[in-house]
Amino acid sequence: MTTASPQFPAALPAYDPLARISAGDWLKKNLFGSVWQGLLTLITAAIFLRFAWFVLDWGVINAVWYTSDPDVCRAAAGACWAVIVEKHRPMLFGLYPYDEHWRLVLMMAIYLVTIVVSLMPRNWNLRLLVPLWVIAVVSIGVLMFGGVLGLRYVPTSEWGGLPLTMLLFTGTVLFGMPVAVLLALGRRSPLPVARGVSVVFIEALRGVPLITILFVAVNVFPLFLPAGVEVNKLLRITIGIAIFFACYQAEVIRGGLQAIPRGQYEAAASLSLTYWQTTRRIILPQALRICLPAITNHIIAAMKNTSFVIIIGLFDILTATTAVMQDPLWRKFYVEAYLFVAGVYLFFGYALSLYARKVEGWIASGRI
Amino acid sequence: MTKSTSTLNAGDPVISLHNVSKWYGQFQCLHNVSLDVGKGERVVVCGPSGSGKSTLIRCINRLEVHQEGQIVVKGLEMTDNIKSIDAIRRNIGMVFQNFNLFPHLTVLENLTLGPTLTRQMKKADADELAMHFLRKVRIPEQAQKYPLQLSGGQQQRVAIARSLCMEPEIMLFDEPTSALDPEMIKEVLDTMIELAQSGMTMIVVTHEMGFARTVADNVVFMADGRKIESAPPEEFFGNPREERTRAFLDQILKH
Repeated sequence: MTTASPQFPAALPAYDPLARISAGDWLKKNLFGSVWQGLLTLITAAIFLRFAWFVLDWGVINAVWYTSDPDVCRAAAGACWAVIVEKHRPMLFGLYPYDEHWRLVLMMAIYLVTIVVSLMPRNWNLRLLVPLWVIAVVSIGVLMFGGVLGLRYVPTSEWGGLPLTMLLFTGTVLFGMPVAVLLALGRRSPLPVARGVSVVFIEALRGVPLITILFVAVNVFPLFLPAGVEVNKLLRITIGIAIFFACYQAEVIRGGLQAIPRGQYEAAASLSLTYWQTTRRIILPQALRICLPAITNHIIAAMKNTSFVIIIGLFDILTATTAVMQDPLWRKFYVEAYLFVAGVYLFFGYALSLYARKVEGWIASGRI
Repeated sequence: MTKSTSTLNAGDPVISLHNVSKWYGQFQCLHNVSLDVGKGERVVVCGPSGSGKSTLIRCINRLEVHQEGQIVVKGLEMTDNIKSIDAIRRNIGMVFQNFNLFPHLTVLENLTLGPTLTRQMKKADADELAMHFLRKVRIPEQAQKYPLQLSGGQQQRVAIARSLCMEPEIMLFDEPTSALDPEMIKEVLDTMIELAQSGMTMIVVTHEMGFARTVADNVVFMADGRKIESAPPEEFFGNPREERTRAFLDQILKH
């Protein structure tokens, strides 16, 4: 019999995993497989090229890169990147006294070095990290506040811009993560009080908008303090953002905890490890690895939530830019200014997700 | 007052279960089970699945909580008291069906975790102890690997070594070969036989009747949460008293 029977169809052409596919074949297969597909490819390409041309034309060819005269920008057909050159200092540093901006530059350098060093696995030992952080926190504190070493005192109400965003973000994560872990553990605790407190805390705070929590932290919380006692506004708002962050993060971590098989707890119990030994050495390391992608997600969200400090009149990088763009001479070019701020957020956000991807790789390869 | 452990006389059982009963909700999974295990004695517990044999040995180190009866280990009664639970667990090593190694730690770290955390052993001493037991189970070369890089049989031998690092006086085995591919069962059983020959007190839940014949001093048969009979292996296999025991043995020995 020469024709293949329905029960035994003719063999498929031999599959050669090493076969090279030509460019023409690739195009035909992936972009122009049918009339409809080819049409879609052409339409998509047209839209993309139109947009790319606009970006090139507006953002590069006709753009004004450097001028201190807004009229030059007004005369140009393209983007006015000069506004960033002109206004970058109040945008990046907010209300912080102009002559003291060098302190913020130095602070950011210390901050970035500390963070980068801390994120590298080969530096993960307390003998290095503890002194590093003590030095970093003290020197950043001295630089930001001043009042010693001949530096002029700058109250937190004058802090602003990118350094403020960095501090709020770092404070949120450093304070929020441990709280999140405790809330997640509490919610799964066999102790009714710990469980009850965690559930009420998480559900109550997760159910309201962040802005409400910040409003309470700023305007309502002081009413409960005894007269004369004052907690710094910046600290209050950091704690507010951190607690909001912690409630969401706690649920993420709880998901990771639930993924740990019961046998792990039993093995730890049979080695007579205590609850905290089991949690710290066996359960959390595994749970946090499992939910790392979701944890990263909330950390990036927390970075952007720092812009809520607008409600207490602090000028983080976004609010500072809004304020700077009130300048009647330059206000026409707010798009360029906001694009710059978006770029700064994108830089840090993307750096975070790249790092998280790297960590996932390290976990997969057993390096950490 | 004398310490509770000093009430133990020579010849007294190291593990003594007296009328132990346990319920899961309405369902009673253990009915008045009594069992005495002397020092150095090897007891094999068998029975159909759901007969309560795993539950029984898990009660001995409080992975399950019994509601009635008494469990006494080395003269110390198991109660809700954290101190008594901890003291008893320190004397008991446990090996699980699914190994339950810690996947994020290397083999060596799996072994040293218990000694360094609960016995305050120095890291170097714990490493030495761990390597000693890894040599005993014949996989010292795997010390730096992660559990999931090993075969099932190797993982189970690591789990045995991990328990031994706590230097317990009693070892509990909860179906240690049930999750293994057939060709790996022997290496684990060989390890257990060596352990038995070294004089360890052991309670083993298993379907490996060959193992029971070779090493057991006593075979206990359970069904429906009850201890049906218990006898030395030659008597248990040669001349079982109870009808249910005979039916069970017929089923598992026939092929």
